Amino acid sequence: MSTGRKVLLIGGLVLALLGMLYGLHYAVFVEHQTLDRMGGSLAQAFVHAAERNAAEAHNALNSYAATKYDYVRQVDIHSHWIGLAMLLMVLGVVFDGVAFNERARIWIAVALVTGSFIFPLGVILQTVSRGGNFASALAIVGSAIVTIALGAVVWGFARSANSS
Amino acid sequence: MSTQALSTNIAETFAPMSARRLLIFGGIALVAGGMLFGDIFAVFVLHQNGGQTGQALLAASAAARAGDPLAVKEIFQRVGGLLEDRGTKVDAHVHMTDAGYLALLLALVQPYVALPPRRRKLLAGLFVIGGLCLPVGIFLIHYIGMAYSPFAVIGWASVLADSAGALLIFVLFAEAYGIWKFLQRAGSGEEAALPTDRTWERRTLMSGGALLILLGFAYGAWYAGVDLYQHEARETEILKNMLDAAAGGNGGTVVEVASYGSLAAERAVKIAAHSHIIEFGLLAMLLSFIQPYVGLSDRWKRRWVMVLLAGSVILPVFVLLELNLGLVAGGIADVGGLLVIVALIGMLVGVLRYSGRLDAGSGVTV
Repeated sequence: MSTGRKVLLIGGLVLALLGMLYGLHYAVFVEHQTLDRMGGSLAQAFVHAAERNAAEAHNALNSYAATKYDYVRQVDIHSHWIGLAMLLMVLGVVFDGVAFNERARIWIAVALVTGSFIFPLGVILQTVSRGGNFASALAIVGSAIVTIALGAVVWGFARSANSS
Repeated sequence: MSTQALSTNIAETFAPMSARRLLIFGGIALVAGGMLFGDIFAVFVLHQNGGQTGQALLAASAAARAGDPLAVKEIFQRVGGLLEDRGTKVDAHVHMTDAGYLALLLALVQPYVALPPRRRKLLAGLFVIGGLCLPVGIFLIHYIGMAYSPFAVIGWASVLADSAGALLIFVLFAEAYGIWKFLQRAGSGEEAALPTDRTWERRTLMSGGALLILLGFAYGAWYAGVDLYQHEARETEILKNMLDAAAGGNGGTVVEVASYGSLAAERAVKIAAHSHIIEFGLLAMLLSFIQPYVGLSDRWKRRWVMVLLAGSVILPVFVLLELNLGLVAGGIADVGGLLVIVALIGMLVGVLRYSGRLDAGSGVTV
């Protein structure tokens, strides 16, 4: 098996496991509590509004917005890691059909695995430092790496189709 | 009638009751089941649920305006139930489809899993069982709730879903171990490698799938850069206006609730378009590998490929157009989903025909 295929298959499996372990941990220990907090904050905001307490209503609403901001990103990392892992494994099976030399193929494979790991990581880090540039930059760079590398794979397939 | 000759080489890669065969049947069935469930959900639950949530939000604003906190609490319990109903159905659809994709993927990597055939078959069976129990557990969360549960926040349906998820993780660990053993031995798997023919169907599905995924990536990047933060800010703003109006005992919440509803719809269709186009791309690529096992004539094989790709484009495009064209576009999107399901079932029938002929030829009785 070529090195590029090894990188993609192992990287894909590790990423799928990581995504699933994260999802299981999240479902058991975090999700129910987060959903309760989110629903509770919104309900509380309206209760405070009924009590004519605008300041507390705004506080509860901010708490709802903050919890939802985290929730969206926490769910995103689970689905993106597993989705990208499946793509890596599919590409791993057909990677020898990418018509570039072995060295270029290894670089493309490494780029795909690296981008697939750091893109969702950047998304989840946004919940640690909200508005932080590093996390957003990581997500943008990661997604750009994956997209460019996938474009290279498509180009490699096209070259292979033309040459056959 | 099929014109395809049974190649001995291909037959070797699709042995009766092998792990690969189990994973391909189970995988296609899970994907088709998950998509059918998603289509039924979109037609009969999604819009109705959204309407009920909007009504409840309007009632909550009215109760807050009337200074009735008790009524607000009661209404929000109803909202919580509606959101749980919607969320668990979306999750059941996504998890069943994705488990099917993973099953098809595991079918592809079987030649690189250096484990005894019986163990691989057991793992395949466990994966299909886990892939079925996970979405069923998620679906039941809304209906079973906390009944007879010894835990504080987790009900029996969640226990079923989480256990099934753990089972899938266990199988993936075992498959990873098999691949590691394969690499240690420098490449001697127990299962024959996949056929490497380059038919029109395989090339079309592979390139069409890769193109759909690229489009989905580009649209996802656009959504994250342009819409995501704006949507979050708009939601907070609308809710703030709603609360201020209610706290001041003023009217005008109907407009805010309508804005909230359109924002929720806009967000939902954009995310759905992004995720569906990528998932269909991945599905097309995965199905390209099983084309040698589809026992249909070339004409029918090509028809199903075209139907699948057409549905894969129609659904996400018309889901997006729902914002402009309303329910007409929604209906066309549902038809797109149905096309994908029909193509999948067509291919599954082809695989069943192929395996039937294979088993009949080799005298296998099950």
